[in-house]
Amino acid sequence: MHVERGKIREFARAIKDDDPLYFDEEYAKREAGGIMPPITFLQTMTHWDDGGGRVRPPMDLKRALHGEQEFELLRPIHAGDVLTARMRVADIYEKPGKRGGTMTFVVLDTEFTNQRGERVARARQVGIETGQVVKD
Amino acid sequence: MPAVKRYWDDVKEGEALPEMRVEGLTRTDFVRYAGASGDFNPIHHDQTFAEASGNPTVFAMGMLNAGILSRVVTRFVGRPAVRRYRVRFATRAWPGDDVISTGKVTRKFEEDGEARIEGELHAVNQKGETLISGSFVAALPRRP
Repeated sequence: MHVERGKIREFARAIKDDDPLYFDEEYAKREAGGIMPPITFLQTMTHWDDGGGRVRPPMDLKRALHGEQEFELLRPIHAGDVLTARMRVADIYEKPGKRGGTMTFVVLDTEFTNQRGERVARARQVGIETGQVVKD
Repeated sequence: MPAVKRYWDDVKEGEALPEMRVEGLTRTDFVRYAGASGDFNPIHHDQTFAEASGNPTVFAMGMLNAGILSRVVTRFVGRPAVRRYRVRFATRAWPGDDVISTGKVTRKFEEDGEARIEGELHAVNQKGETLISGSFVAALPRRP
């Protein structure tokens, strides 16, 4: 995954964040060594496929929910970095749902390394597939 | 906008992070986030699909709300200081909903040779219903 400056700008705009760290190269260089992506930018990796394939949990999108998400940021990430993500299914378990049916929990762990082989981040995602379509 | 210059010594346990408010999410916001993130699950932009899934209409991606909430942290400590960000999704946000983000410092401690703070985070809608509860850890410089 190439951490692209334009993609960072687009993402920052989408989450309504006008921090110049995401937009202004001079400012970012002075304050943080370069333009950095927003924290949750790494999530875009989940939806990207550079041709090397990605883990696709067999979940029905009509019944899938995002339960939890965590990022651990180990080293700075800057525009221009090339990250490699290794995602694995860490756990799958079932629980009885509150309104009947069974809920299936899928825990996905991702490790991100940069072009120097340094570990820069870890992510953990908990997805839930409900026994029936979701109603609040 | 000046960069955040906040010293660990000056932060207090129990201190509130300044509230941030996004008013009236729109379907266009969902589509913009879909493009930016690559999340094209049709349940967030396709009315027909949303209805077939038993929903009255499309709703926001949890990660859009999580991105909005993350600003509370980065405004307080600066993006480079963030070490951990964790969110748990509760209720969903619908078109027209507000996202009101708040946070609070809960702990000051040392870890991995850094002076760090931990805090809790909440995003609620205009009815006060929890969209997200979360937490963060950040490393701050000590006062010279």
